[in-house]
Amino acid sequence: MVQQIFNEYLPNMIKAGLQYTIPIAVVSFILGLILALLVALARISQLGGAFKIVKGISSFYVWLFRSTPLLVQLFIVYFGLPYLKIAGIFPDGIKLDPVVAGIITFSLNTGAYCSETIRAAILSIPTGQWEAAFAIGMKRSLVLRRIILPQALRTAVPPLSNSFIGLVKDTSLAASITLVEMFQVSQQYAGENYQPLMMYSLVALLYAVICTILTWLQSYLEKVTSKHITAGEGGAN
Amino acid sequence: MLKLSHVNKTFGETPVLKDLSTEFPEQQTTVVLGPSGSGKSTMLRSLNLLERPESGIYDCDDLQIDFAKPITSKTTLEVRQRTEMVFQSFNLFPHFSVLQNVIEGPVHVLHQSKDAATKEALTLLDSVGLLDKADAYPVELSGGQSQRVAIARSLAMHPQYILLDEPTSALDPELELEVLKVLLAIHDQNQSMIIVTHNMAFAQRVANKILFIENGDALYDGPTDGFFHSTNDRIKSFIDSMTFSI
Repeated sequence: MVQQIFNEYLPNMIKAGLQYTIPIAVVSFILGLILALLVALARISQLGGAFKIVKGISSFYVWLFRSTPLLVQLFIVYFGLPYLKIAGIFPDGIKLDPVVAGIITFSLNTGAYCSETIRAAILSIPTGQWEAAFAIGMKRSLVLRRIILPQALRTAVPPLSNSFIGLVKDTSLAASITLVEMFQVSQQYAGENYQPLMMYSLVALLYAVICTILTWLQSYLEKVTSKHITAGEGGAN
Repeated sequence: MLKLSHVNKTFGETPVLKDLSTEFPEQQTTVVLGPSGSGKSTMLRSLNLLERPESGIYDCDDLQIDFAKPITSKTTLEVRQRTEMVFQSFNLFPHFSVLQNVIEGPVHVLHQSKDAATKEALTLLDSVGLLDKADAYPVELSGGQSQRVAIARSLAMHPQYILLDEPTSALDPELELEVLKVLLAIHDQNQSMIIVTHNMAFAQRVANKILFIENGDALYDGPTDGFFHSTNDRIKSFIDSMTFSI
């Protein structure tokens, strides 16, 4: 048994993690972040007119993905969309590969949460920063790019890291749309060897290892990005 | 020359500026005095268009702005290039070094080359006594040093006017003196300045003109001597209340 753990179970679970869990989490998070930034900017924008429609869509999107369970979203995208038959565009419905369905759903879901994080971080920057930048003649877009976003993203590092760590674990839900990621592999072994406690504990350990490494990365990132913003722990100057 | 005519501004239901008219002569220092909440800061911020009065005319040199009409972003940017603001709370950019704070406007707004902007910024930092802090970050500076950097940052834009909104109110007396000395030196170079302050001794020393605002209107608008020797009861009691005497 012990030999099998090290020769078969663990290597194959790690392999699935490297092949699916981690890449899917990373790609989804990057796409989600881009989406989150755009949505946050749209929602704080002061543009009126037709742009109000964009703001409305952004708010609706955030509401939709925060008010429905991630597992249900995965099911709709993977099992539901094949039945969305639109003559001319999708006559046979939208059939997606599980990896693609997973990435789309995870990106949209994490994008909704992260957009609120980024929006809050932007709003947390004191108005004095806007005013000082306006006073030297900067346009709103330049102020955002040069002054506000660099500071806001630093503020957002801890909550965004939190979202990423959450996402890594949430990828296990993709097991239910036939994706053979880490958790799915452990399920298969548990079905074969009737050792569910052992198999699920092993996979839990692997998730914990990944998330611990990510937590270390987070504190490193926090230290680097907030170097000049705060006087550091203990308020030493 | 900056000139305000019949400017009105309300915050909600409260009138802050009431039909205020005044002008700020070039190459001179105008000091704006008045009790807290009189509308001094609002007036100053209106000159930089950080505040938007509901009505009145603002002449910024050859540019005329009617506050009752929409202001184009082009006009706003032009006004802001002619007037620079120095804030009570400094508002330095914390993620930039001192030098980067000073060259940010010249490089990204005036599109100067980084080398030229850096060269000038170092001269300016030298003139405010902070050449050795060029690579420091705002978090490492004292309040007085921060405000001197903010002054250098505004000078780097070559504004016609520097607007200072209670520049030393957040500082203790020793640090205040540092900043006032720098302002005096700038005054001596005939830089046009408008300073909102509570420091009466400094006002008397530096002002070519005093504007005393109370309840959103100019109660006194004229030469410095005339203000400090005024026979007006309200002005006399204001000066008394601001001067320490037992």
